[in-house]
Order: sequence, then C-alpha cells, then structure tokens
Amino acid sequence: MSIYCLQALCMSLRQKHTLPDLPYDFNALEPVISAEIMQLHHQKHHQTYVNMLNQAEEKFMEAKEKNDLKTMIALGPVLRFNGGGHLNHSIFWQNLSPNGGEPEGELLAAINKDYGSLENMKNIFSAATVAIQGSGWGWLGYNKTTKTLAITTCANQDPLEPTTGLVPLLGIDVWEHAYYLQYKNVRADYVKNLFKIINWKDVSGRLVAAKQ
Amino acid sequence: MAFELPALPYAFNALEPHIDAKTMEIHHGKHHNAYVTNLNNADLMANISKYPAAIRNNGGGHWNHSLFWQIMGPNGGGEPKGELALAINGAFGSFDNFKKEFANAGATRFGSGWAWLSVDANKNLFKGTPILGMDVWEHAYYLHYQNRRPDYIAAFWSVVNWEEVNNRFKKAIGG
Repeated sequence: MSIYCLQALCMSLRQKHTLPDLPYDFNALEPVISAEIMQLHHQKHHQTYVNMLNQAEEKFMEAKEKNDLKTMIALGPVLRFNGGGHLNHSIFWQNLSPNGGEPEGELLAAINKDYGSLENMKNIFSAATVAIQGSGWGWLGYNKTTKTLAITTCANQDPLEPTTGLVPLLGIDVWEHAYYLQYKNVRADYVKNLFKIINWKDVSGRLVAAKQ
Repeated sequence: MAFELPALPYAFNALEPHIDAKTMEIHHGKHHNAYVTNLNNADLMANISKYPAAIRNNGGGHWNHSLFWQIMGPNGGGEPKGELALAINGAFGSFDNFKKEFANAGATRFGSGWAWLSVDANKNLFKGTPILGMDVWEHAYYLHYQNRRPDYIAAFWSVVNWEEVNNRFKKAIGG
C-alpha cells in the first residue's frame, strides 16, 4: 500500500476502526476451537490490532499535517502490522462457522477446475499453511487477472490483497496464539480440524464479489 | 551439538568371510570417523543462514534453543559481574537501561522471533557472537501468559543464568 494511498484513505475516513462482533458465541466453534481461544483471540489479540492501528493512524495524520514525511514513512511497518492484523482477523471470523456446509456452485466448480477436487485443494492448502515458518497466514485467494484460484501464504500480518494482489477468499491463521492453548505444537491437527468449521457460503460470496 | 560416530551393531569380524575384520575396523574407525570429525569442524551452525530454508530454519531453531536452555537456570536472576557488567554499563549506561532496551526489543518484535545480546572479539556489544537470547515466539509463553508478552519478559530476568552468559562473553572476546 503506497504512502499516498494511505493518505487518501486517512483523509477520507476520519473515524476510528472498531472491533467487529463475532457472528457467533465464543463457544460456537467447539470442539475445533475452544471458547478460551476464541475469547482471547478476539478480545485481546484482534482488539490490540484495532487499538494500535487507530493510534498509528492518529500519528500518521499528525505527521501529514506537519508535512513530516520521514515520520509518515517510518509509520509504514506499524500500519502494515496492525492494519493487516485488523483486515485478516475481520475476514477470519466470517470465514468460520459452526454449520459451514460444503462448497457448491461457482466455488466448487472453480475448485474442481483449478485443483481437480476439493480433497486435493485441501491437501495443498494444508501443506502450505502448516509449513509456514513462524507467524503467518495460509490463504485461498482469487487472481483477477488469470481468473483462477490461488493458494499462497503471507508472513506475520501481511494482508493478502495489498501484498499479492490476490483477493482473499479463505484465510487460516497459524500464529501460535490461534491454536496453542488447545493443540500445543501440533499445528497440523489444528489446520486439519479447521476444515470442519469453514463457512463455505462466506467463501463463495467472496469469490462472487471478486469476479465482479 | 557434535555429530557422533555411531557404533557398529556387531563386532568387526561379524561379516567374515565376506568382509574381513581389518577392513571393517579401518573403514569404521578411520574413514567414517574422519567424516564425522571433518563435519564437526565444518561448523555448520556458524554458517547455517547460508543453507536452504529447511536447514536454516531447523538448524537455527536447534542452535537458538540449545543456547536458550543453557542461559536460563533455577537459581537465576541478579546481575552480571566483572567484565560483562563493565561492557553492559559502557554500552547501555546501566544494567537497568540494558534490561529496558532488551525487553523493548523483545516486546516490539512483531510475530515470531528472538531478542539477542551479542558481543564481538573487541568487546563491542550488539554484533558478533550471541551470548544471551530470549525466545518471543508465542509458544515460549502462551500457556502461562497468553497474549501478555511483557509479563513473560519481566519474569524472564528471574531465570537468567548470568554466570553462563559471562562464560559465553569471555569465550566470545577470546578470553
């Protein structure tokens, strides 16, 4: 995201970011994700990204008003971390559901076309996500240029679209805070189980929107 | 951390008459042993960043954690003494200030990583051989501290084994 893009965004949106509500109770995703994790993840981790993003934007606006370009540039990383964290988690809560169903229609057709089968897509997606070194996210995204699905990963809280141009459809958070209390070091089990609670309607909706 | 020559699962003469005992003795005790010695001397760990990701990540993880276990201990805490204390005071002004900077480095490390104190052969802190490390990957503290990384960092000081850090300091400066 360029500095000038950020400026325009800040100028036009002089209102603070807020933590979005979860579309379900903290315990709704059990036994796949414990209520304890959901509460910490939403109320502490995501909330902190929101708070720090608001703080960083304040500082950016002040620096812009003083024409302090050096400070504006220096704020880039902290805007990326916290803005990315806010974007990513806002998508994630919607991507999950206790009754997510299965992929169908346009989404299923796209998965079959680009990956041969849902099973194959899940295997590739899981392998890439589990293999992330350190903190990051696995993504199923849509490439608007080639009109195909894509599986990729991002480090830390780098947001998918600003970083790669791919439109995010489904994200898997593999920061240790997303699973550690329950799964400890066995990230592979967490990722495997996560596929039981995907909100495929939400993923479909994002694909339809991306194609427009 | 060294590679070791594995023992043969049988005596030197066990494969006779097909392969003679003398060959087995020299093949294992000299040739294979030399590979092990030379591999250890190649100092893989010192050059670990040059290797492909799987080796770098896991070799690095192995190296980092091996240091980590050693620089902590049950009777930890207190303050460094002697030359290490002098070096710290010289670079940071005071031990308290050093703790503040080190803690800040750990607290502001975004995502997974480590905070390090290193020293070179000229006793300059900040670069060279790591002598103190603090793991701030979430797995290092999440079960007990959850998101409260600063609380973990504050508690870390109580388990630092300054004697071990001092030993590493002396070794790094060529003492």
